[in-house]
Amino acid sequence: MPSKYSEINPAWGDRDPVIVGFLCNWCSYRAADLAGISRFSYPTTLRDIRIMCTGRLDPTFVLKALREGADGVLVMGCHPGQCHYESGNYKAMRRMALLRRTLAQLGVDPERVQLGWASAAQGNIFRDTVIRMTDAIVRLGPLDWQANITDSIDDIASHFAHLEADEEVAYGR
Amino acid sequence: MKDTRIGVYVCHCGHNIAGTVDVESVAEWAAGLPGVAVSRDYKFMCSSLGQELVEKDIQELGLTGVVVASCSPHMHEPTFRKACERAGLNAYLFEMANIREHASWVHPNDIERATEKSKALVAAAVSRVAELEPLEPLVAEIKEPTLIVGGGIAGISAALEIADAGHHVYLVEREPSIGGHMAQFDKTFPTLDCSACILTPKMFDVGNHPNITMMTYSEVEQVDGFIGNFTVRIRQKARKVNTDLCTGCGDCWAKCPAKVIDTVFEAGLGYRTAIYRPFPQAVPKYPVIDMESCIYFQKGTCRACEKVCPTGAIDFEQEDETVVVNVGNIILATGVEIFDARRISQYGYGRLPNVFSNLEFERLTNAAGPTGGEVVLRDGVTRPESVAIIHCVGSRDKNYNEYCSAVCCMAALKFSHLVIERTGAEVYSFYIDIRTPMKNYEEFYHRLLEEGVHFVRGRVAEVTDSARTPGEEGKLIVQVEDTLIGKQRRVPVDMVILMNGLEPQSDAKEVANQFGIGCSEAGFYIERHPKLDPVATMTDGVFIAGACQGPKDIPASVAQGAAAAARVLNLIGRGEVEIEPIRASIDEERCSGCRICNNMCPYNAIDYIEDLGVSRVNPALCKGCGTCVAACPSQVISGQHYTFDQLMSQIEGILYDVREGGERVTYAGAEPVEAK
Amino acid sequence: MAAKAKPKLALYWAASCGGCEISVLAIHEKILDVAEAFDIVLWPCVMDFKRQDVEAMADGEIDVCLFNGAIRTDENAEWAHLLRSKSKVMVAYGSCSSEGCIPGLANFNDSRQMMQYIYLDAPSVDNPDGVLPQMETQVPEGILTLPGFWNTVKTLDQVVPVDYYLPGCPPEAEWTLAAIDAILSGKLPPAGSTIGRASTVCDECPRVRGEKKISRFYRPYEIIPDPDICLLDQGLFCAGIATRAGCGALCPRVNRGCEGCYGPPEGVVDAGAKLISAIASVLDADTPEEIDAILDTLPDPAGYFYRFGLAHSLMHRVRLEKQNGDKVASPVGEIPRLDPSLKD
Repeated sequence: MPSKYSEINPAWGDRDPVIVGFLCNWCSYRAADLAGISRFSYPTTLRDIRIMCTGRLDPTFVLKALREGADGVLVMGCHPGQCHYESGNYKAMRRMALLRRTLAQLGVDPERVQLGWASAAQGNIFRDTVIRMTDAIVRLGPLDWQANITDSIDDIASHFAHLEADEEVAYGR
Repeated sequence: MKDTRIGVYVCHCGHNIAGTVDVESVAEWAAGLPGVAVSRDYKFMCSSLGQELVEKDIQELGLTGVVVASCSPHMHEPTFRKACERAGLNAYLFEMANIREHASWVHPNDIERATEKSKALVAAAVSRVAELEPLEPLVAEIKEPTLIVGGGIAGISAALEIADAGHHVYLVEREPSIGGHMAQFDKTFPTLDCSACILTPKMFDVGNHPNITMMTYSEVEQVDGFIGNFTVRIRQKARKVNTDLCTGCGDCWAKCPAKVIDTVFEAGLGYRTAIYRPFPQAVPKYPVIDMESCIYFQKGTCRACEKVCPTGAIDFEQEDETVVVNVGNIILATGVEIFDARRISQYGYGRLPNVFSNLEFERLTNAAGPTGGEVVLRDGVTRPESVAIIHCVGSRDKNYNEYCSAVCCMAALKFSHLVIERTGAEVYSFYIDIRTPMKNYEEFYHRLLEEGVHFVRGRVAEVTDSARTPGEEGKLIVQVEDTLIGKQRRVPVDMVILMNGLEPQSDAKEVANQFGIGCSEAGFYIERHPKLDPVATMTDGVFIAGACQGPKDIPASVAQGAAAAARVLNLIGRGEVEIEPIRASIDEERCSGCRICNNMCPYNAIDYIEDLGVSRVNPALCKGCGTCVAACPSQVISGQHYTFDQLMSQIEGILYDVREGGERVTYAGAEPVEAK
Repeated sequence: MAAKAKPKLALYWAASCGGCEISVLAIHEKILDVAEAFDIVLWPCVMDFKRQDVEAMADGEIDVCLFNGAIRTDENAEWAHLLRSKSKVMVAYGSCSSEGCIPGLANFNDSRQMMQYIYLDAPSVDNPDGVLPQMETQVPEGILTLPGFWNTVKTLDQVVPVDYYLPGCPPEAEWTLAAIDAILSGKLPPAGSTIGRASTVCDECPRVRGEKKISRFYRPYEIIPDPDICLLDQGLFCAGIATRAGCGALCPRVNRGCEGCYGPPEGVVDAGAKLISAIASVLDADTPEEIDAILDTLPDPAGYFYRFGLAHSLMHRVRLEKQNGDKVASPVGEIPRLDPSLKD
């Protein structure tokens, strides 16, 4: 039996998308708490990690999550001008901008790595962001980075065989 | 090899978690995680029995770390940290997995997935705990003085509590006088005592208290520091009056030739002069010169006030002054604004002269107000024979404010009484629901029913002066659906009073940012806990009181002011407070002095040591946000409790099922895929 | 006899340019001491050894193997496994074997795209019949074989366990000597160590550094940099902030930004991620539009950040997508921009 998400995108097969969330302690983590208190339901795809401020977000963490099997990463902080530490969220925004550019060159769709803001009072915005991001990831399909970097000898042999067999198609000029 | 023995405790939270997450299976599964020595589930982990369970295991099994999977750390992290400490385990070797707010409550009707997500959150906490290091909390000394922002009744109440206890208070008020909205009222509900009579003595006490430094006509410009030691820069606007010389005699405003409409204290109904004291009982008693309306400042000649001042107190050259104070705690009691009824054009406020706002009506009934307490129409002479009071203007309305403003029903009842008492007019009160929940409020409502007020249940559609019948000529007609009889009604009246709701101050969000506290979408400040901690905020040392936290009446504001004062007195009494030891530090041996971090710190806690070629964190200024930690390209800055290794380990844990070698979870009855 | 026997040294090259081989000679007359101290049992670049000779050795017979070059083909991998089993100490020598280096940049493509360009599309190619290399080719004398060409370049430690790393493209003689001295004296650091300094290139760079604030980037041809001021402060990309010291800041000393060949400093997992973090942090911009405008002056960020370390980075390579059963590399074409609504 396939995952419920495979009805929308068969690539999901029998598993669900996994999104790792990095939430700042003061705004977005509390927004998530508020979503809970308000019983706003959203998909189970998000697994969150609390950091004190989005300024703590080392891009290494995002890459680590993608490398270790996450299909997407959601970073959420306080709205600009409302950072508990004044300006950590601006640094996060700059880093995410450059990180997304770099990842795009590596074939990771920028929609997989998203940044958003939610104040402690915005449980609804938190929920909506998770729902929207889940939709995007479901559409994009699994990332499966581990499989991406596993190269077996079989793959190589078949690759060369392919060159020979489909030369006309592949390299016809 | 580190000796790791972690205890995992999965809370049922009654039905709150166990209703959606299979807690037994999470606990059973967690027992197999690396480093886990014991894993249990329990009905209520936060109960004393639950805490004892943890304590007993720490002592008997020698646990090196504890994970409680239950609610938000904002709820019970302190509870379990204390339990760990009681059993001899460092409080910072504890971690919570939030499987309630972040799982069971948001994933109803999907036990399978909510359970799997809970496992991931538990796995993350376990792998994080394995990397945690014991920390000792930092101790911050609490400076004795307290800053209170806002001189309304909540701020006054807080200031007097603290000052009477023998501690110094700086009370900052934006307007020329303290007193707030309460000073504008004539009577207070439900007792109908005279507002000024009960407020004036309190204002006087504040003004003359040896422990209170009152700073009126002043605004906070900048706030730095943290609990126990805030540095606050306050701008005292130039009054153009030397308060050391002024006696408040009043000769200056008596002779001032510039008359302007007083839109603040008199709500636009009365006049004041350019040099003015907002109201007779104002504290302090000194006037201010409003440069916008002062003839001298606008045209260069006049100086009438200077000529008549017997003490030579007028000082046209006076400049704004900046004062810096050091305080240990801050109470924000910045109050509310009143909804501007011009936004609801169909009610005609600002267009139809005899539509009054509630604040205007307060001034009409006030013996010291522009009409000397006479309830008259806009022409200043005609007494109304019929008055309509419209409730919930700008409140309980998704177009404006969804919330109930809490005070308007009672104020409307008070107005009804005053109209009947002063004019004998017929009163029609158009309400959605009458809300009178506090002590003696419902009784007051019954009294007004007996006094003959016509209560009409229905939201008013329109107030118009366009008559359809001769009887409506020259009247204001209130168009409403009376929902009790199910009919449209047109009620002709002479006067309409709009019960405008309460709104946050228009600069509430900026002020929240300035003090580092949270602010709701509407603009009300967010308390630490809506029930159990209503006057604290998420920022230690910053408290809130009064209507800036949410609409409330005078008794509730006074109570909150006193409650905030109690919290501050508690801290002053202790003299010091433990703060989270989350700080950054630089390994100077390995720092290459690239100076990337130098600009990162919003608190300027990072210095570059020129002769050593390294950067250094000043722990007294660092607040532990971790921005420099993440920025450091050579990874030589470490952030306690959120170290690189701890977070990397947490990421591995949270992806335990999808990472290489993980036991990938499949859904909907599919056979689990063998681990690779 | 064991007391008299000289330790056995093997030097092997896999996917590399040969620079590392030359760098071994850069220790000058010390090479004589090496020859004196060691019994060189394998050095294909210099002396004639056959694979069978190595295969005939007992496991662990070689005391030290200096392995340079990345793992690109079946043959590279087979030699890595063979030498690992025959060697007591395996040293990843140079940037290619440690972190992938320039050969690792192939991971921005897949093998098929490489074949296409190298044998068919490159302007210098003269291949009218479109002949492509094959794993097996029939010739009159029999069947010729080529080793399998991997889709993904790997570092040595992604194929076999490695005891020490000696980074650099190529390693500076000073550190080659240090490694040899350590081996000869038996004073080896803990296994897994990188032989070199823990700090970054900035530590060795004589330029004056200020507080950083970057309002645009320049490419090297666009400005003549001040010779005394930190290149990054002048808007020139320099990877020195996240690159292990040890070279003496060779490139910055000649007005050229560090390219990062010494790999990440101690404790850094992914030097590219740290460069992203550090450089983005000091951008002089607070709105999505301003941030994107500055980043537009830094084309090819992945190329800058992963010039040497792609194969050893967390992401390791560009994404391969399944298309018609065949895996093809797929960079996302458009430059992603920040959502303007992030302004508030």
